[in-house]
Amino acid sequence: MSNVPSDLKYTKSHEWVRALPDGTVEVGITDHAQHALGDLVFVEVPEARRKLAAGEPFAVVESVKAASDVYSPIAGEVTEGNPALAAQPEVINSDAYGQGWLMRLRPSGAVPALMTAAEYQKLVAEEGG
Amino acid sequence: MPAVLVDSGVPVTRRTPLFDLHQKLGARMVDFGGWDMPLQYGSQIAEHHAVRRGAGVFDVSHMCVVDLKGARVRTFLQTLLANDVGKLKTPGKALYGCMLNETGGVIDDLIVYFLTDSWFRAVVNAGTRDKDLEWIRRHAAQLGIEVIERTDLSMLAVQGPEARAKAASLLSPSGSTSALALEPFFGREIDGWFVARTGYTGEDGFEMMLPATEVERVWRALNSAGVTSCGLGARDTLRLEAGMNLYGSDMDESTHPFESALGWTVTLDPPGRAFIGREALEAIRARGPQRKLVGLLLTDRGVLRAHQRVLVSDAGSGEITSGTFSPTLEHSIALARVPVAAGASVQVDIRGKLHDASVVRPPFVRHGKALVS
Repeated sequence: MSNVPSDLKYTKSHEWVRALPDGTVEVGITDHAQHALGDLVFVEVPEARRKLAAGEPFAVVESVKAASDVYSPIAGEVTEGNPALAAQPEVINSDAYGQGWLMRLRPSGAVPALMTAAEYQKLVAEEGG
Repeated sequence: MPAVLVDSGVPVTRRTPLFDLHQKLGARMVDFGGWDMPLQYGSQIAEHHAVRRGAGVFDVSHMCVVDLKGARVRTFLQTLLANDVGKLKTPGKALYGCMLNETGGVIDDLIVYFLTDSWFRAVVNAGTRDKDLEWIRRHAAQLGIEVIERTDLSMLAVQGPEARAKAASLLSPSGSTSALALEPFFGREIDGWFVARTGYTGEDGFEMMLPATEVERVWRALNSAGVTSCGLGARDTLRLEAGMNLYGSDMDESTHPFESALGWTVTLDPPGRAFIGREALEAIRARGPQRKLVGLLLTDRGVLRAHQRVLVSDAGSGEITSGTFSPTLEHSIALARVPVAAGASVQVDIRGKLHDASVVRPPFVRHGKALVS
């Protein structure tokens, strides 16, 4: 059974979103996603001030096996890409919801409906995870 | 194991005798050449390092063991293969080579073991099994060679600096002595198993063919002896670090050995040996090959992958045939087919951005040591 913290929101494409006190959000990939990808060896995070549309690819995570795009769950402007991942992409494997965050974003416009932990847990179960 | 057909006639994936055990061990399974095989049991990188530093075991029972028997079997193989089994003088000695079509394209790469004057054993790839057997049988018939698929045997590869000692500990005292006395690229029958000092990882070790009924017990005994279960993911990064080609990625029927870094497996002497594909290869050699297969080492961060475009200054472009992250070098490495004029460095197009890569001569890693930097 995958680890799905109840205080986060989720997407069908296996990103998680955490609301931060300053009104920005933190985005990463879920424990289920890191497990499916396997050992991560390279991560490309976005530059600050990049503007993103909802659903736009903003990062690339590469495991030994394959490269995958990560999609922004929300439209907005990037405030920071996680600088630690260049040297240590494997922290996504060990701490997907903590030190493995990919970017922080200031949302612009309406925030789309995201999945609750329970809904995401159900999706993962349906996908055989 | 024969193809499993469902009523619609659509083939479903095949399974080795270790399928249930792989599942019990928590392997993630993947389709490989029509076989349901373990990709990894835990961390692919940890499995890779286990083989470079200790010992790992791979299920390679999807590969096809074929015994070739008949008074004229040596003559047959001298026609079938671009490498010359005439070199094999001592029983047990193995030879790596290519089976070519008439245009010099590679039907498969394989290993043959010389067992007796009337008995050779070949090991061919899983994905090419059916076409290989058809090709072999078609040519064997003319010389009265018996072609026997050894579906009763399973095959394990036990690889790494500690592999031979750990595998030998499962044999009888005299069997263990015989196994440890095997020279590289030799195999022999020991305690009812066929044990060969061969592999596909760049490390020392054994490939062992044994009755399918014993293989699960042997796998567990290897685990108990400290041998790590390893999947095809680690097998791929290990073989690529070792600079070994993968059939279907680095060469196939549309490429010939000279543009696949396999020229060393083509034996043109004596000139009278009329192997299949010889005329085509001689014509290619006379003209000079247009492309070559080289190693690439990415200096930037990022990961080289198959099919990325390789730009060669003033000489056009080529393509990566296999690429990965090298756990030993902690950089990305690849094999690429490029114009022969390619020099010491090239550029690779990774998602629209050009990255510098050095052209190196594989292997990248051998016996645990980095050979490039």
